[in-house]
Amino acid sequence: MKVTVFVTPKKTVLDPQGAAVSHAMEHLGLTPSNDVRVGKTVEFEIDGSDTPELRAQLDQICDGLLCNPVIEDFRYELA
Amino acid sequence: MKIAIIQFPGSNCDRDAYYALAGVFNQPSRLFWHKRPSLAGAECVVLPGGFSYGDYLRCGAIARFSPIMKSIIEFANNGGPVIGICNGFQILCEAGLLPGALVRNEGMEFVCETASLKVEDSMDYFNQESLGETIDIPIAHGEGNYRIDDAGLTELEANNQVLFRYANNPNGSKADIAGIRNKNGNVFGMMPHPERAVEDLHPSRDGIGVIKAFLKSQMARQKA
Repeated sequence: MKVTVFVTPKKTVLDPQGAAVSHAMEHLGLTPSNDVRVGKTVEFEIDGSDTPELRAQLDQICDGLLCNPVIEDFRYELA
Repeated sequence: MKIAIIQFPGSNCDRDAYYALAGVFNQPSRLFWHKRPSLAGAECVVLPGGFSYGDYLRCGAIARFSPIMKSIIEFANNGGPVIGICNGFQILCEAGLLPGALVRNEGMEFVCETASLKVEDSMDYFNQESLGETIDIPIAHGEGNYRIDDAGLTELEANNQVLFRYANNPNGSKADIAGIRNKNGNVFGMMPHPERAVEDLHPSRDGIGVIKAFLKSQMARQKA
């Protein structure tokens, strides 16, 4: 099963990287109507199926290692 | 105090910290590889600056799960003295031993300069009477922008946990925060490098006061 984790900076946290990207987009003629947020994607494969136990384990890995809950949010997709 | 200076892959201020603590302060200090299972009787822990694990994922995020961190978290929770400088500060925040987090500098620039810091009246030894109103300490970081939510900041201020504030905020840190301590007064974190300000060749010798404040406050705690 493929796991894709999306990590994004929290809405309340200033994202300097996103702000810099936003400025560059303006130079290219496209002005974003709200803040640009730069996050990251983590992909990996695991054996097993979509069970509550697996989701609990994924939550634990996301909430601390892949994502710092003080400054970031995460969500993941299983396929 | 027997001091353990932890080396992670990518630490680069470990020997500077050793030089300051062993050479200038004459403290029995040892470099500890991060894979060691225990602190082997160390009485004080230093997490030095650098780029542990190449800052992959987030600064300090992977080092926080290094084998020795388990012992360090237990040590800190039992009142053991721990100081994290620069990347060490980031690791302590990731580990939850200090509140908040450090993110990319506001201007997206790596800042490398001597910063003027305003000393706060935080606790014994960490106050203006001991250290002076302002001190000059080198900074060198790309991710030193301290972030904490409003409730967290209110709590930090209410407990006098802010040690130093930048006189001219170089990175966008909330409330100009350059260094903090935990509520208990045994875990310290700061982005500036006191170990790089301990002799005449350095931009200042104000780091001596900071390291002395750390050692003296912790020695006093242990006697109490």
